[in-house]
Amino acid sequence: MISLRRAAPQLIALAVILFLNWLAFPGFFNIRIQDGRLFGSVVDVFNRGAPVMILAIGMTMVIASRGVDLSVGAVMAMAGATAATMTVAGYPLVAVLAAALVVGLLCGLLNGILVAFLDLQPIVATLILMVAGRGIAQLVTEGFIVTFNEPGLIFFGTGSFLGIPMPVVIAAVLGVLAILLVRRTALGLLIEAVGVNRSASTYAGLNSRVLLLFVYTFSGFCAALAGIIATADIRGADANNAGLWLELDAILAVVIGGTSLLGGRFSILMSMLGAIIIQAMNTGILLSGFPPEYNLIVKAAVIIMILLAQSLSLAGAGAFFRPGAKAKPQEPLRSSDPSANKAQNPA
Amino acid sequence: MSNRLLPFYATLLIAVVAYGLCVMQFPNMFSTRVLGNLLTDNAFLGIAAVGMTFVIISGGIDLSVGSVIAFTGVLIAVLVGWYGFHPLVAFAIALLLSTLFGAGMGAIIHYLDVPAFIVTLAGMFLARGLSFVITTDSIPIGHEFYSTIQSLYWRMPGGGRLTVIGGLMLVVFLGGIVLAHFTRFGSYVYALGGNRQSAELMGVPVARTTVLIYALSGFLSGLAGVVFSIYTSAGYPLSAVGVELDTIAAVVIGGTLLTGGTGYVAGTLVGVAIQGIIQTYIVFDGTLSSWWTKIVVGILLFAFIALQRVLVLVSSRKAGALAPA
Repeated sequence: MISLRRAAPQLIALAVILFLNWLAFPGFFNIRIQDGRLFGSVVDVFNRGAPVMILAIGMTMVIASRGVDLSVGAVMAMAGATAATMTVAGYPLVAVLAAALVVGLLCGLLNGILVAFLDLQPIVATLILMVAGRGIAQLVTEGFIVTFNEPGLIFFGTGSFLGIPMPVVIAAVLGVLAILLVRRTALGLLIEAVGVNRSASTYAGLNSRVLLLFVYTFSGFCAALAGIIATADIRGADANNAGLWLELDAILAVVIGGTSLLGGRFSILMSMLGAIIIQAMNTGILLSGFPPEYNLIVKAAVIIMILLAQSLSLAGAGAFFRPGAKAKPQEPLRSSDPSANKAQNPA
Repeated sequence: MSNRLLPFYATLLIAVVAYGLCVMQFPNMFSTRVLGNLLTDNAFLGIAAVGMTFVIISGGIDLSVGSVIAFTGVLIAVLVGWYGFHPLVAFAIALLLSTLFGAGMGAIIHYLDVPAFIVTLAGMFLARGLSFVITTDSIPIGHEFYSTIQSLYWRMPGGGRLTVIGGLMLVVFLGGIVLAHFTRFGSYVYALGGNRQSAELMGVPVARTTVLIYALSGFLSGLAGVVFSIYTSAGYPLSAVGVELDTIAAVVIGGTLLTGGTGYVAGTLVGVAIQGIIQTYIVFDGTLSSWWTKIVVGILLFAFIALQRVLVLVSSRKAGALAPA
């Protein structure tokens, strides 16, 4: 599905980061089994990275359709608040999970309607929920941090299946299902088509509105799932901080994975790899004893390096570094300049 | 042409009606004291929003605003508190750095040809991270210059106090209006946001204008940081989280199209005022959760964006152009 050569930069980056982590903390690769569950720093990287991995799965499809979903962090907070409040109120686990997921689906549906039917810019459409969502989550929890002790819900955050932490299992299963869905059917291709040129795909007979509705709803679903995991992990719903800034991490994971922000070709697996790279950096900074505040600076540096690398490959210099790769691989994306879209609807 | 002013008038109408309703419920809100506090409390937001207005009119976005405010505040606190600089010197250094920061982002946006969204996102991480690296604590500023500035005010009729920072915000808005509508730079910004290719063909210096727009936004974010540090007498790296969203909301509610090319600096002032009125109402009411501010702002955002969409569709029908698929 993805050739090893295309994934090479990311794999090398991950290897370098893991190597640096190992230098900083020699016990980095140690894994032990305790109480039937795997423990170790590498396991932690996957475990902590699972929510962003899940968000990145949904975000990849949204970005491939030439959109962006800024509301996922707020949706996480809303889903978490719903789950925690209903658990405290004594509802059964199935109802709690269903309600939280429905919250995510509805939020995604709202975003999708705004983008697909009202033709809003995705940044604007999802900004509305990003601003209002956290307020709604606060209303649900009535301003408190709602805590609970329901073992069934907690299992999704700290439990394990066959020794593997539950968040990793969920992320992996969701990733496999999503990849099968988009690559074993024509769905992925259609999303890419809408992302490259929505008008052309519509004229070619694609129902671009339904496709956009689908990608945003799916992203909302992923956000709700990540919200349940985050809530179960801390055994409480913190409407202020749950999922805070994770939308940016998810976008960064997708960008690191090589999906262009201008839509088109995408790879869910690579975005998940991007999420792991981000988490490996975070864990490495923590293990090496630097204050966690350095995280943000490192992230900023990584974004700038990626931008430089993409810009170089755009200029054709990329062919020099990667013999055999197609020269100017992103040329078709560039020709679809954002201003070309604007020309259709003069303000 | 009147279509372009319609969102602005709608905003103005909503502000007046909202204020009127508030006054009907709490007659005390009709006083210059409330007005004075409104200006003081929202001074930093308003100043940052002026810069954001220019960025959005040019078709871009600046997510780094809140982080730059926090960074400036921390930098000033450290320079004044730890190294004994005079606050005015610290202000100059902070403004210079934030302007260069903005200019750098503008240069990356133009020369590397990447979306403003992702560049300013990196800027947001960088500025926030730098302020964390300087310190993770809240540093108080106890310089006598600060207490002098804070005690200065002009007594409005009715007993309201127009403070220095409240007045500074009004001056910045006036300056912004002049810059947008009466200078060459202003028309370049509108041209760039209307259609970049046409602007380039007409001879607009795209590179210089882009860098200047983001430098202006950086400068005003820095100024907002200065005001914020006077307002709170402290520098704290976790302050002003999410201010970029509030400023974007103020700009959009003020009738500026997020697609660029259309908008008014004066509208942004009304947008800031509406947010201030909601907050004041919540304070007067005393029982409402302060989270209603966010929810009402979200609803207003939605209403205004929908209104703009309808206007754009109507005007494009009139022009006989194809509605976008």
